[in-house]
Order: sequence, then C-alpha cells, then structure tokens
Amino acid sequence: MILCKPIGQRLSVLFLSFFALSVVSVSAQDAAAGKALYASKCGACHNIFKKMTGPALGGLEDRHKWADHKELLAWINNPAAYMAKDAYTQGLKAEYGSMMTGFPEITLKDVDDLVAYINAEVVAQKSGGDKKDVAAEAPDTSNQNALIFGIISLILGVVALILMQVNSNLKKMSDDAEGILRPAPLPFYRNKTYIALASVIFFVFGGYMVAKGAIGLGRQTNYQPDQPIFYSHKVHAGINQINCLYCHGNAWESKHAAIPSVNVCMNCHKAISTYEKGPKLYNDRGEEIDGTAEIAKLYKYAGFDPNNPNKWDPSMAKPIEWVKIHNLPDHVYFNHSQHVTAGNVQCQSCHGEITAMDEVKQVAELSMGWCINCHRQTNVNFNYDSTKGNKFYSIYEKFHNDIKSGKMDSVKVKDIGGLECQKCHY
Amino acid sequence: MSQKKYWQSFGEVNDNENFRKQQQDEFREELPFEGLDDKGLIDAKAPRRDFLKYLGFSTAAATLAASCKIPVKKAIPYANKPENLIPGVAQYYATTYVQDGDVVPVVAKVRDGRPIKIEGNDLCSFTGGGTSARVQASVLDLYDTHRLRFPIHRTGSGENVKYEEVPTFEQFDKAVGEAMKVAGGTTVLLTSTLVSPSTKEIIAAFPGLRHVVADPVSYSGMLLANEASGFGRKLPSYDFSAAKVIVSLGADFLGTWLSPVEFAKGYATGRKINEGSFTMSKHYQFESYLSLTGASADERFTHRPSETGAVALDLLNALTGGEPVVKATAAAVKKVAADLLANNGASLVVCGSNDKDIQVIVNAINNAIGAFGKTIDWGKPVNYRQGIDADFTQLLSDMEAGNVGTLLIHGANPVYHSWEADRFKAALAKVKLKVSFSERMDETTELCDYILPAHHYLESWGDAEPKAGAVSFQQPTIYPLFKTRPFQTSLLKWSGNNTDYETYFKNYWTGKLGSEAAFNKALQDGIKEETVAVSAGSYSGAAVDAAKAAVSAAKISTGTELVLYQKTSIGTGTGATNPWLQELPDAISKATWDNYALMSLPMAKELLGLNLIDGSEKESNNYEYYPQKPVIKLTLGKKEVELPVLVIPGMNAHTIAVAVGYGRSINLGKTAGEVGQNVYPFSKFNGTTVSYHNEVTVADAGRKHKIAQTQIHNSYEERVEVVRETTLATLKKYPAVIPDFRNHLEETYGRSKDGKTVDYRKEGTLYPMHDQPGIKWGMNIDMNACYGCGACVVACHAENNVPVVGKSEVLRYHDMHWLRIDRYFVSDEKNPDQLKGVVFQPMMCQHCDNAPCENVCPVAATNHSAEGINQMTYNRCIGTRYCANNCPYKVRRFNWADYTGADSFKDNQDQQLVGKLDPVVHQMNDDLTRMVLNPDVTVRSRGVIEKCSFCFQRLQAAKLEAKKDNRPLKDGDAKTACQTACSANAIVFGNAHDAESAISKVRKENPSRGYYVLEQLHVLPNVSYLAKVRNTDEIIEPAGHHAAPAGNHGEAQPAEKKAEEAHH
Repeated sequence: MILCKPIGQRLSVLFLSFFALSVVSVSAQDAAAGKALYASKCGACHNIFKKMTGPALGGLEDRHKWADHKELLAWINNPAAYMAKDAYTQGLKAEYGSMMTGFPEITLKDVDDLVAYINAEVVAQKSGGDKKDVAAEAPDTSNQNALIFGIISLILGVVALILMQVNSNLKKMSDDAEGILRPAPLPFYRNKTYIALASVIFFVFGGYMVAKGAIGLGRQTNYQPDQPIFYSHKVHAGINQINCLYCHGNAWESKHAAIPSVNVCMNCHKAISTYEKGPKLYNDRGEEIDGTAEIAKLYKYAGFDPNNPNKWDPSMAKPIEWVKIHNLPDHVYFNHSQHVTAGNVQCQSCHGEITAMDEVKQVAELSMGWCINCHRQTNVNFNYDSTKGNKFYSIYEKFHNDIKSGKMDSVKVKDIGGLECQKCHY
Repeated sequence: MSQKKYWQSFGEVNDNENFRKQQQDEFREELPFEGLDDKGLIDAKAPRRDFLKYLGFSTAAATLAASCKIPVKKAIPYANKPENLIPGVAQYYATTYVQDGDVVPVVAKVRDGRPIKIEGNDLCSFTGGGTSARVQASVLDLYDTHRLRFPIHRTGSGENVKYEEVPTFEQFDKAVGEAMKVAGGTTVLLTSTLVSPSTKEIIAAFPGLRHVVADPVSYSGMLLANEASGFGRKLPSYDFSAAKVIVSLGADFLGTWLSPVEFAKGYATGRKINEGSFTMSKHYQFESYLSLTGASADERFTHRPSETGAVALDLLNALTGGEPVVKATAAAVKKVAADLLANNGASLVVCGSNDKDIQVIVNAINNAIGAFGKTIDWGKPVNYRQGIDADFTQLLSDMEAGNVGTLLIHGANPVYHSWEADRFKAALAKVKLKVSFSERMDETTELCDYILPAHHYLESWGDAEPKAGAVSFQQPTIYPLFKTRPFQTSLLKWSGNNTDYETYFKNYWTGKLGSEAAFNKALQDGIKEETVAVSAGSYSGAAVDAAKAAVSAAKISTGTELVLYQKTSIGTGTGATNPWLQELPDAISKATWDNYALMSLPMAKELLGLNLIDGSEKESNNYEYYPQKPVIKLTLGKKEVELPVLVIPGMNAHTIAVAVGYGRSINLGKTAGEVGQNVYPFSKFNGTTVSYHNEVTVADAGRKHKIAQTQIHNSYEERVEVVRETTLATLKKYPAVIPDFRNHLEETYGRSKDGKTVDYRKEGTLYPMHDQPGIKWGMNIDMNACYGCGACVVACHAENNVPVVGKSEVLRYHDMHWLRIDRYFVSDEKNPDQLKGVVFQPMMCQHCDNAPCENVCPVAATNHSAEGINQMTYNRCIGTRYCANNCPYKVRRFNWADYTGADSFKDNQDQQLVGKLDPVVHQMNDDLTRMVLNPDVTVRSRGVIEKCSFCFQRLQAAKLEAKKDNRPLKDGDAKTACQTACSANAIVFGNAHDAESAISKVRKENPSRGYYVLEQLHVLPNVSYLAKVRNTDEIIEPAGHHAAPAGNHGEAQPAEKKAEEAHH
C-alpha cells in the first residue's frame, strides 16, 4: 500500500504532463512558472473554475479586454487607477464587494505565464478530468500477501503439531510392541520444556509490547478528533486550491502556525454560503455531512446573517474552539517559521497529504526519533556558491572548504547541530 | 593561623578546619539512611519488602497517571486577529519606568498580549539602555496577587473595618464628590515626587488644590542648599564620565542615590581601563558603613555619620591649605584635596547627606575645584526629587489643626516612611475625607476612606520629564488587568473636566509636538530629548559662612550611631512586595529576605563578645556557618526595634547600619509583610530637613534570628585564582602579572615528552576536542565595571523563568539563581577589618569546552553543542547531581522541590519530605503571577538540574532572524538578558569566531587583565573575565615573580597541586 501510492501519483502526473504537452500549444516552462506565481499571488482569492473572493479565472481571455495582456497587466499592477476609467472592473467591485489587491511587481512575462497556466488547467479539466483517477486505483496487493502468508503459516503450524502427535503415538505403539515400560506421557501443558518455551516467548513478546506501548504513551498518530465545525482541508486546500499561506500565514513568521481567526474565514464565506458542487462529504464514521449546515455553524460563530449581510458586525464574532491535533510536550520547542521559512520544508512533510483530508488527522508520529531522523537526512539550504542558498551559512568556513575539496557533498541539518539536545529542549 | 587576602566569609579568613570540612559537601543534606547496624533490614522503618511494594505501586501509578487519558487540548484562535499581531512573535513597546521620581526609559517585551520582560531604551542618551534591579523586576509587580482590584469604600472603625467594593467608577466619583463637599476645608494632594508635565498641568488646573510632595527618602537638603548657592531649588545633572577624580561623601550614587542607572553608566566609562595608557578614574569614598558604591571605591575612609559635615568642611578647608579637624580622616582629606586640585575641572564631589548646610559646603567645594559647568551641569536640572521636608511638617500641623478637609494621596506613604508616623496617623484621623490612589493596600491606604487604585505603569499612558528637555513617554502594553483608573482621570473628573487622562494626554502632547505624527513618533521612540534653555544660575558663596558655622557647631555623637541606608533591591520599600527583589542577595551582605544591623568587627567583639578578628576558630566558624545570628535591640526614646546582626568589615567602629524598606504591613501580602523591621522611625527632623542617622542605645537582645545568606556555601575549596585583583600601579609595573599564570601553564603543560611545544588546548586533556564549525559563543565580564547592583540577576530571573524559593529554602542553600554575583573582600592580610576593596564577580555557567559536568552525567543530559554551549536537557535529567558535584564553579542548581508547580502531581509542593514551602512560592505559582513566564523557556519541574544557558532562546531567535533575512549573523544580534540589563556595560557577548565582534576585540584589547577562572583545571571556559584593578599607588610584588621556577608561583600554588591532579 505504501509503495503503490507514490507510483500512482507519479503516473497521474506523467499522464497529465504528457497531456498538457501534447494538446496545449504553450511551452511547459511558461505554465510551470505560471503555476508557482498563481499559487503565491492569486490562489488565495481566486479559483480557476469557480468564484471565490474574486471571479473564476478560467477563460479570462474571453472576457473584457483581457485577451490583450497589457491591459490585464495594467489592471493587476494598479487596480485602483485602472478601475477609475473602466466600467467593467467597477462592475466587478460592485459584484464582489471589494477591490482586488494590486501587485505592482508583476511583469508582462508573468501575466503571459499566468494565463498560460490557467488555460492549460482549463483544457486539462475539460478533456482529462475524469481519467485522472484511473492510475490511482491500483490493487492493494501487499495486504493480501500478508493474509496468504499468515494462512500458510497457520496451516504449516497445525500440520507440524499433527505430525508431532502422530510421531509420539507411533513411538508409544512401538514401545508397547517392544514391551518397554514408560511412564504415562505428560500432557503438553505440564511438559516443562513447553512451559519454559511458552514463558520465554511470553516474556520476550510481552516485554516487547510493554516497551513499545510505553514508548508510545502520549503519542497520537492517527488522532482525528471531531471538530466543532466539519472543516474540510480537501475542499479548501485540495479542490479549491487555497494556498496554505492564506490561512496559516503565521507559520512563515512565528513558532505557531496558528489557526485563522473567524474574520479570515469570513473573507470568503461572506460570499459562499452554500456547499453545492463539491463531492459529498463523509466523516470518519462514514456519516454524510451537510456542507451548507457546517457553513451555517461558522455564521453562528461569526454572528453573520446571510440574509442580511450588510448588518454584520465582525467585532461580535466568537472564537471557535478547535481541538488541537498536533500536540508536542511542553519541554519541546518547535518553531514553524524555522522549518517553513528558513528550512523550506513543505507543510505536507509533517502534516501528510493535507489536501486530501477532510477532517485533519495526525499522520506523523511527532516522536523524537521521527524528528531526529529528518534532521539526519535533510539538507540545509547551504550557500554552496554565492548565487544559491542562505547567506547565513557563509560563516561555516570548514564546510565550504570541505565541499570544495570534495570531502563533503552536502550539509545536513545534523552537521550544523541539528541533533543537539538544546536545539529543541531549553 | 594563616591569613588570607581574598575572602568571602569569616570562617574562611580564619582558615578553620571545621569550616573546610563543612565545605566539602556540595549539597549539605542529610541522606535519609537509617542506622542499619543494629537491626536487620526487615526491622528497619522502611524494610526491603515495603520498598519493593512502594516501587511497584509507584511505577504502576505513574504509568497509569501518565497514560490513561491524553487530555483534549483546545486551540482557540482570535475571533478577529489584530492586524499587527502575530501569535508567538514578541512585540516591543517603548515606555517608561516611573517610581516615586525614579525615571528609566524602557522597552517592554510583549508576548501574545502579556508584557514579560523589561529592557532599557537604547535611544535614551543618559541611561543608554541601562536598567536597575528594580526596573527589571517591575514587570512582576504588574502581576502581583496583592494589587487592589477594584475601587474600595472603607466603612466601620476599629475591629470592624470593612473594605467594600464600589461597583462603578461613576458611583465612586459621585460618592467622593459629595464627601468632598461635606468635608469642606482645603483639599490637599500628597504625592511622592511627580515627574509628569501633563499631570502637573492637571494639578495646577484643579481649583483650590494644594500639592505637597513628600519623598520617602528626602533630598530637600540638597534642593535648599542649591537654592542658597544661587542655582535655584533644583538638582543638577552629574557627569561621572568626565570626572577623573570622584569623591563621594556618603552618597551611594551607584546603588540608590538620585539616578544610579545614569550615574553607573558614566562611572563605568571612566573605570574601564584603557590598556594603552593604563588610565582610569580615581574614586574616593568617605562613609560610615560599607555601601555598594563604597565597595567599588579605590580608597575608602570611614567616619561617624555625625561627622559627615565636619569631613566636608575639612575638605573645603584643605583645598585652601587648612588643617583638618576630624582626626580619623585627616590624612585622607589632605590627599584627596591635593588630588582634586590637581584635576581642577575634571573632578566631582557628591554628598549623600540631607543636611542643607553640608550641601552648601559641598557646593563650595565643587565651585573651588571647577566642577560647575564641567562635571556638574546646571543647564540640565533633573526632576528626580522635589520634596521639601518643611512642606510636609506644615501639612502635618494643618491636619492636626483640622484645616485639611480632603487629603488625596498618590505615591506617598507617610504612615510607613515618616519619622513621625504616629503623629501623622493621629493627624490623619482628623481629616474628614481621605482618598488614596495606591495600587496596593499600603500602610497609609488602609486608613483611607476611599481607595481608587491606579494602573501599573505598564498599563498606563503617561509622560515623565526626568531632566529639563528630556521627556520619556509611557504607553499601555496590556489592557488593565483590574478595575483600576489613572489618578489623573480622577483629578480631571473631580475638578469638573470630563475628559479622561488618555485623551488629555494625547491632546496635550499632540499640541506640544505639533502633529499627531510627531506624537506617534515620540511614543514609538519612547524618549524625546532636546536642548532647552534653562537659566543655569551662577554660584554664590553667600551662604557658605553661615553653613561653616552651623557645621562646626553641630554636635558630634560619642555613643553608638545608627545610619539608615537603602538596598538596591528594596529601595525605600517599594521593592518589598516583589519576590524577585526580596530574593536578590544584597550586594555586600549576600543576605536575602531580611534587613539586619550591619556592624563592625570591633563593635561585635565589644557588644556581643563575638571575636572575629583574632578570636578562636570555633567562634568565627560558628558565627559564619550557622544562619542563626545574634539579635540586638536598638532603642531611641520610646522607639525600639530588634534586629539580627551581620558583621561586615570596613564599617565605622561606632556605627550600625540598617536598611529601610522592610517591616511592611501584612496587607501588602506575605512577601512584604513578614520580612524585616521598619527603621524609618529612627530618622530625625532637625527643623529644616530629615537626617537618616541618629544616636541610639544598643543592647544584646539575648536571642538569635536566622538570616538567609547565599555566599557561605558554594566554596571554591581554596582555589584562589577565581578572583584576580591588583592595583593600577602594580599593573603598570608588571603588565604581565595576570597573564603570567596562563603563560606558566602553557610553558609547563604545553610540551610533549621530548620538550617540543604542542597545542596546550588540545594536548592538555584526554578528551577529544569539540568541532565548532560555525559560531562559538563567548562572554567577557569586566570586573572593573561591575559594581554588584544585581540588575543582571533579576533580568535572568525574568528571562529564564528562574523560580523563587523563599527564605526557608535559601536557608537550606537551595537558592536557584542561574547568575550570582560573588562578593570578595580584599583586606590587609593581618587584619580582616582593614578593608582595601571589594571585588564583585558575576558567576554563571562558564560553558567549558572541556566541561567536567558533561563527563559524569550517567544519562548524558548535559553535553556540548557545536557552538560552544554546555547544554542542559531538563527532560533527560534524572537528578543524580553528579554534574553539580563535579562543577568547579558551583553554578548548577538543583530543583529540590516543586517550586514552579510544573510537576504532574499536585501534592508535590506540600509533601512532608521537602517541608512546607514558603507562601511566596505559591504566590509565584498563582495563575496571575504565572503570566510573567517566558513561553520560550521550559518551566523546570522538581528533581532536575538547571543552569545558565547563555539565554539560548535569544541566540536561536537571533539566528532564525538572520536566516529569514538571508544574511550572516551580525555582531550584537544576540544579546543575553544579563548583558542588556547592565547599566555599566560590564558584560560583552558574541561570536568569538568572528574576529570583528565585540567579544573578540575586548579579549584582544585587554591582554594584561584578561583571564579565565580556574584556568589550571584546563576546563576551557567560554566566559572570560577582566581582572579588577584598584586605582592606588600600592605595589603588590608578585610572589615568585617572572623568573620563578615552575611550581613556585605565588598565590597560584595550592591550585597547581589541583592542576597536576587533573592531569593524572
């Protein structure tokens, strides 16, 4: 099972990229650059296929004057100035309630890339959307193998027992025939060899289980509590592709990733009051969840009346008491920004395939061994030369020399003290 | 009896055998073993079977308790996140510490809405980012459980007094307004010194309000003397950095006199030795007891407190060749006068006396030595103290006459600190309406009819003008915790102005600064300094003759004299409610949680029969070792007080010194209430000013009292190279006197068998070297700049969640300070009372690269980092204490009890095995008090060792910032808490691998003073020290100097034995 999933993903990625290359006449590089740009700049408010805080971006070239990318650039660079003399964008503001944030740093090339990416996505969805999952449905063979091996072992065990019994019966018969008198055989549960063997097995196995259990005390892998609101990361971050940063921007700056406040939820949910088009939602017990009812719960916390949106007073909102899933002991210092910003670690590395989860489940063990293992294997963002990496590491003269002389090929977290106790316990 | 030059206690100076025996155990605890010889194991109180039963049960119970149920934790985000707030990232707000006229511009660190640490404001030119112990501790006052939480109306009388909550401010205003009408008479506002310009405007606008200033410790003698000398009723700015010769006549200017933070900064500038020219300022101190400032002096002379005036007059006369009158200081006065004249325009004389005539004479001295305009600046008068004692006596008689209808009290607390407290108390009863704005139920407030507690300064808007042209601003760092209100708002309301102080303050400064932008900028900077034209006045000697006559006529006592002083921690008594300050060991006595009578050795011999000079070894050892100290009774008329005695060298033989600020009301909480005795009633009024010395009768009270001192444990076992000290003349003559020791070690041990020079650092040990590829943290402490105030100790408390243990635990040597300041007396080798100087040595984990503690830990809970830090992992520690036993510096602390409430088991704080913990420990664990904890540092539980971490959380934060900014770490990015707290800049910290960093430079530029403590052990510390140098002409010939063969190396001898042992 573990093996199959990445293969499935790779297959689908391969399939998709092949498709994109062959059907759409844009260079792959443009679309890739556009994808990155899209994720960092646009994804927080826009979706390609549906309306969010801002309009759906799919097919934008067919609307207004956007086929001319220079016009589009002018709008993106300075929406306020553009809107002053443009009725269409004024209409957009009226429809969505707020004006788009300006991105003065975007260039014409960026706009070309973005549009290329958006078009590619649209085409991909139209013709390939339903074929995506084919490769992912690989049969789960490893589990079956285990079952077969188990059954075979069991059968062999039974056969061995029968043979031993037969053997002893035959021996008894031959003894009887030869007239040798032996004491009545002990039943196996009074046989000291068996008892000794059983107790050794019991203590070894029991000890192993106790030790394993004790080590696992307080660990919560697969912890998936019911939350006050059935919030689906799959719907938000997966299907709608909202950037992690939009809600958890704190993780880039602080030790806490922080759960977004109610007003952040309401940025989008002022406009999105129903859950209609997405896939059906089920909780971990298999019960179906009514997405619209869950949004209504949010409104209750926010004190928002969807029928009377203009009367909403954000200051009357009440905080939502989420159940904390990823817990570390008090004596562990963990800093999100250290990992996300300085270490360039993806959220998924520790939190799992979050975009595929409805309610969040703890995937990683969050044990010290697990942390340490990653620190052993992960490369730091070392500045191997003046163009790459973090300049902070320029003081590590020894490593620079060792890399030059070939003694070392990469600098791992452990090399800069990542295994030291006090890096996390102080 | 062999005599010692450097010593910490009398047991040590008399080299007693028992003393050494007692020093051998690191932890003086009786082990709970019973005598097993006479009975079998089964019959013992805790036989083997019981032991096994308990073991099994406790293992099972612990497993169950720890595992049955993992509690569900909630993560509750904001409903609406404030825009500029990032949970988990600290914000810094500039504000100002203001307490009874003391002003220190500060920056408050606010984490997730809670102020947790105070730093100095670097933008301030005169404090330069320095702080004091009290400033550092002030953040804890915010979370004091004994703060008043709502407006109060006092009803009933005698036994039936009730303090009832007034539900709303409106009701309070109404009730007070009506009561004021009924009361009639004059309305008087009694405060300590106010430094806020906007508040003064509000007071001026209050119709018919009379403002009286009463300072707990008065400076009116100086104010009046300066008026008489032609400068107006003002106090000048002093520039200690410009003075080559500093003479203090009993002024504790580094500890408690006027503005110690500012003075310490200037003073330290002159004390840091330039190794090129070997120059430093010269500091003479004349005083009656051993003060913090006197301890740093190059030359000290003692006299009776009543002789202060005569000594000042002698000095004035000596400047013009007159003969001194006071015999004890005659030679000294002549020498000082010559030195002052030689440094005309670059010298400064300050005097701590509150006598007008004496201060007039001091002004005359300063005029004669050209100090005005050079080291004393009348163009920048300071506002730190404004109270005139006669104003207070006038108020007192008005109150007695029934002329005062309403008395509003803010800051002042005469029932406690007045010399006529009883008279004031009686007069207070005649005032119809008494309203207090005190934050706490102090001695005066508990007698008031209405109490409207004011905000803590961290909750307040406000301003302070410490000196002309410099305004420091306050802004709230937290929403008020309780139902409190600024007292200015009350004054505004009751004078018919309906604006609240916040609006008033904003309008006031927006108007003055011209725009809201300028106002916001001023708030952000916290301080705004500009030059304003102040008429400096000119010196007039008109009052000198009268003053001379008055001083000559003054009676000099012949009996025992009592002098009152302030501690840097408790001050005038405002620090008494603060657990950090109560637990801060006094700089000189190293005592915590008490005040006591400081007494000279001869007086102790005469009065108590306690012979510590040449008495039996047993005597000095018993005195020093047991915390029970003899108690004496001081009597003055009907006033009497019983105090334990501490014998201190360097005291005037006829003088007893006692700290004020203790013996507070129990209504302030047990931290303040059950500690020490109040000695303010022993001050006296001479018709013009209060003086803080008096003649008293002394008698042995015939009982003993325990004093919790911190320095009698933690012995270095005769290793004398811990503290290196010399004189300037010696250093000039023998510049290698200090580095010689290291050179000798290198020569002796830095050679291989065939005589070749090898790398001593590497070859001097069996253990492998640590690879340090990136940063290597290092610290340097200049013992010449350190004057022992203790700001660093309190800063360390606040930054690192160091627990408070209470007096009973300090008595058991369980104090937890990560950073302590060791005090060494330097005396004549024959006579311990002949004090030559005092050395203060801040001592914390030395972060040895060859750390002895690391090798002995059975669970590897302490080990070395690649950045040169000796790490301590609390969650790994099992509490064997091997590391503490093996630490040559005695800097590791063991959590003997659950001081923090961090254990899972609630009963741990009160179980019989550890004894009952003091109430203060429980106070520190209150949910309110715990808000002060630093969330980035683990709160340690019982049974683990802890110690200085070089403020590791700050280092990590600094590195992360650099990584986020994609740049190398800059020097100064990472600063430790002790370093930022120090107003003398005695501590330098940084990356020793960076040749351009301050730490590398200071080590390179001070070759003749730099040393490591106990270098011969070859533990390779990362903390270096600069030796203390006294600026005297005495030349200490280094024993066995230079050409001495190995093994005969003067004072290092006993230690070399150790060094060789270490090499075996």
